[in-house]
Amino acid sequence: MTPDPRILVVDDEPPIRRLLKTALTAQSWRVEEAADGLEALDFLRRNKVDLIVLDLGLPGLDGLDVTRRLRETGNVTPIIVLSSRDDEKGKVAALDLGADDYVTKPFGVEELAARIRAALRHRLQQEGEKPVFQSGPLTMDLVRRTVSVSGEPVKLTPREYDLLRLLVAHAGKVLTHNFILREIWGGESDVQYLRIYIRTLRQKLEADPQRPALILTEQGVGYRLTIQ
Amino acid sequence: MTDAGRPDALLKQLGPDGRGRLKVFLGAAPGVGKTYEMLVQARRRRLDGVDAVIGVVETHGRVETDLLTKGLERIPKRRIPYKGHVLTEMDLDAILQRHPRLVLVDELAHTNAEGSRHPKRYLDVEELLAAGIDVYTTLNVQHLESLNDLVARITRVRVRETVPDSILDRADDVELVDLTPDDLLQRLKDGKVYLPEAAEQAQRNYFLLGNLAALRELALRRTAQRVDAQMLDYMRAHAIEGPWDAGDRLVVLISGRPGGNALVRHGRRLADRLRASWTAIHVETGRIEDGAERDRVAAAMRLAERLGGDARTVTAASEADGVLDFARSNNAAHLVLEAPRNIWWRAPFTLSTARQVIKRGGDMNIHIVPERKNSTEKAARLEKRPLRIDAYAGSFLFSAGALGIALLMSHSLDVSSVALVLLVAVLASALAYGLVPSLFACLICALAYNFFFLPPLYTLTIAAPENIVTLGVFMMVAVIASHLTARVRMQAILARKRASTNEELYRFSRKLAGIGAMDDLLWATAYQVAHMLDLNVVLLLPEGENLEVRAGYPPEDVLDSGDMAAAHWAFAQGQPAGRGADTLPGARRLFLPLRTARGVTGIIGLDGRKDGALLTPDRQRLLDALLDQAALAIERIQLAADIDRTRVRAETDRLRAALLTSISHDLKTPLASILGAASSLRLYRGQLEPPAQDDLARTIQEEAERLNHFIANLLDMTRLESGAVAPQLDLIDLGDVVGSVLRRAAPLLVRHPVTLEIEEGLPPLRLDPVLFEQVLFNLLDNAAKYSPADTGITLRAAREGDKVRIRILDRGEGMPESDLERVFDKFYRVQARDRRRAGTGLGLAICRGFLEAMEGTITAANRSDGKGAAFTITLPAPVP
Repeated sequence: MTPDPRILVVDDEPPIRRLLKTALTAQSWRVEEAADGLEALDFLRRNKVDLIVLDLGLPGLDGLDVTRRLRETGNVTPIIVLSSRDDEKGKVAALDLGADDYVTKPFGVEELAARIRAALRHRLQQEGEKPVFQSGPLTMDLVRRTVSVSGEPVKLTPREYDLLRLLVAHAGKVLTHNFILREIWGGESDVQYLRIYIRTLRQKLEADPQRPALILTEQGVGYRLTIQ
Repeated sequence: MTDAGRPDALLKQLGPDGRGRLKVFLGAAPGVGKTYEMLVQARRRRLDGVDAVIGVVETHGRVETDLLTKGLERIPKRRIPYKGHVLTEMDLDAILQRHPRLVLVDELAHTNAEGSRHPKRYLDVEELLAAGIDVYTTLNVQHLESLNDLVARITRVRVRETVPDSILDRADDVELVDLTPDDLLQRLKDGKVYLPEAAEQAQRNYFLLGNLAALRELALRRTAQRVDAQMLDYMRAHAIEGPWDAGDRLVVLISGRPGGNALVRHGRRLADRLRASWTAIHVETGRIEDGAERDRVAAAMRLAERLGGDARTVTAASEADGVLDFARSNNAAHLVLEAPRNIWWRAPFTLSTARQVIKRGGDMNIHIVPERKNSTEKAARLEKRPLRIDAYAGSFLFSAGALGIALLMSHSLDVSSVALVLLVAVLASALAYGLVPSLFACLICALAYNFFFLPPLYTLTIAAPENIVTLGVFMMVAVIASHLTARVRMQAILARKRASTNEELYRFSRKLAGIGAMDDLLWATAYQVAHMLDLNVVLLLPEGENLEVRAGYPPEDVLDSGDMAAAHWAFAQGQPAGRGADTLPGARRLFLPLRTARGVTGIIGLDGRKDGALLTPDRQRLLDALLDQAALAIERIQLAADIDRTRVRAETDRLRAALLTSISHDLKTPLASILGAASSLRLYRGQLEPPAQDDLARTIQEEAERLNHFIANLLDMTRLESGAVAPQLDLIDLGDVVGSVLRRAAPLLVRHPVTLEIEEGLPPLRLDPVLFEQVLFNLLDNAAKYSPADTGITLRAAREGDKVRIRILDRGEGMPESDLERVFDKFYRVQARDRRRAGTGLGLAICRGFLEAMEGTITAANRSDGKGAAFTITLPAPVP
């Protein structure tokens, strides 16, 4: 039995910290607090946590700086970024720097909890990946390289398979356009290609491709595979 | 005489507000001790605590003067590189910056080095006075403009550096620094008078006892005149009856002949002695003046203005008519004319202006000034006016034609009738070419008459005495008729010229009245001035701190730095600057302010296509007329813009008030619910059943979401209005955006199933996905709000030509026709029966703003297939 996950909340607003502490403790997570970037880095040098909830708009060293420093020093602790609504670029930059997900302020507690769960599960998955992935009607067998929807086998091209494989490997997490392009096309391609592949994937996998339920678009950021 | 009768005199004593006081130390010759006296008085003021500094003082190494400058602050002189040397000049800007109470400026008549702001030091002094700084300065009487001729005649040395008399007249104090000629000569002998090395010999000739005595007398007289004038001012101010003759006025007639400047100076001296006001006038008779004449008139008129007189141009058939009319209507008692030129062959035919004036002048005092020639003016006179060959050839042809007709009809006509036929040629010449060619025709006809018609025929002798009378009468009639005809012609030409000028001015003013845009107006003005005065024109208007070229004819965008400096000065001071003006004459153009009652609205820059004076007095008047109209029109447009701004501001204020009302309502309502629910939970949790607790908690959540929605809209609107919306355009699959917006809007659409009708094969659209998702979200939100529960919403998208149209259709009440456009206004809400449903009044305004940023449009209509609203988004389909 592993101990309850330990989460560091970094935000300069005391009410937000208090709210998160209450809400996350209720999910039986242990919560640590830091009021700014330096304090957070200082804490992380001495302690290990399972996940960081990081506000982007911190005084002094901001959320992007903190993410960059952590990833530069080889710290791979999952990071969920809290971004404000008018800061599209900030959250994409944070994701590209290695943050794992984002939640836009103001947010509901369920939403944040779902993201945290996805990120924690992903960490566990990386440690010991399961050979068969399942979400709703979708089943993907990573060993036999087969995909089926509601039991019906689906034929995918190798590129489509790689794309789905990438989404499944990070299921529940948002993947930026840049990240996907880098992983699948080696970075030398156009978002336009990606859109076409996503569309054909949806056509093959979704019950109603006009209202996708599996592969969701995060407007201006990237895509996310839902876990059901 | 009462006090009320002389308010202007009282005002004059006070002086214009804020202007510095000028004190002039006037001397008869160099070496009388002006600078010494000035320094002594400045030191005394300094001891009284006055902030006195030295702007420029030349001590020429004299020890006692040098000593006096000790203890007085000196403003360092400016260094001006000039042709390999470095010249030093008084640093005007440094003094203005330092702004002392009193500044000492030696040698008022000094000419500044090229490249200085003003060509003359007295203009520097003017600027200092205008800035409210008192000035002490020194001046020798020989440098006074009106005495320039006189001094030159006394001493045989012509002084080039002159100062307008008006400076001395306007000085608040003039102190004569007097030294007897004997004492001055003694000082000269002792080496106490500084003379420049090179000019020493010439200067020694100047310092003769006789010369010095005469100069001293001039200085004394000039000071006495001033004191006299001061006394008069005083008496007028205190309503003491005096000896003055109020109506006295003197008129100087300026012709285009050389010697006009001497005439003007003479007029000024005479006017001073008579204590009369005076005017220099030039009469335009319609005779075409050549360039040299025009320049001479312009120079004399300018001199008159500098000497404190009026300069006017009048139009009349002859000089005598013009000057007499003007003198009578202005109540002038004195006329100053130049002596007639004696041209022997003209004398019998024409009456010189002077003689006509004397004859018709009645009780006017007429002063005839002999013409004084000097070498340059003589040279100028030698250039002849071109002989108008065509006029004489034409007159000859007329005469020959008339002679031919007369010869053809000679057997049916008697001799005296033939004379009438010939007379026609004379009159025709007078009408076509003017007086002199018609006299020429007259001569030919008289000779031909004698030769062909008076016996003995074909000789120039006359046999019968009665025929001598006939020829004599013919000659007389011809001369008189040609005179009269020529005069009529001249008046007709004048009238035509005036009429066409007036016509042009009228057309111009009508044109200006019809122009609403500033740039059109400026171009029209530039064109009109360029066209009517044959000049190159630029127009500048203030643009914030700077002046900017706004129009030019021929088009011109940039001015060089010299021109720009002159334009700035002209704008700041409201005075002409640049070519031919007193300030910055080195500039290529002349810059004149465009003035209205409200001040200077702009600057016009002129430059000629030829060298020489740009403006003669009549052209100046024409220009003034044009510029007055232009300035008024510019002001009209500026005022209109002001009114527009005020209107927009009022509209903005109205919107702001609406915004405040709306915001306070929309923010406070959910806040009230949240506060109420949260405090109930804290206080009464113990008494509340779990479902009631849950109800309160849900209220908090829902109201907070509503508040969040409202604030998000406000933020979007603010971003739109501050222009901070920069769409990140990308090729987007419409289905993709629709999918994600349906997911996001799902909570709003629980009771409103959405039908999608998206055409297959729709091209990707160039959009910002985030902004466009917001547009669709707001439209779906709007449709859900304004239609009854459990009615469907349709989202339809199809390609139509090179456009893609996206329609959102609901089954609500629709909108009143009159509101179809207004629904996109900020804070406009269609009157909802259920107030609770009404939104922020911002959603549709944001849709329109975002779409316009992405080059799309949105319109509102009612559905054609039954009740409901239809919003149509139109986007350009990207070129594949």
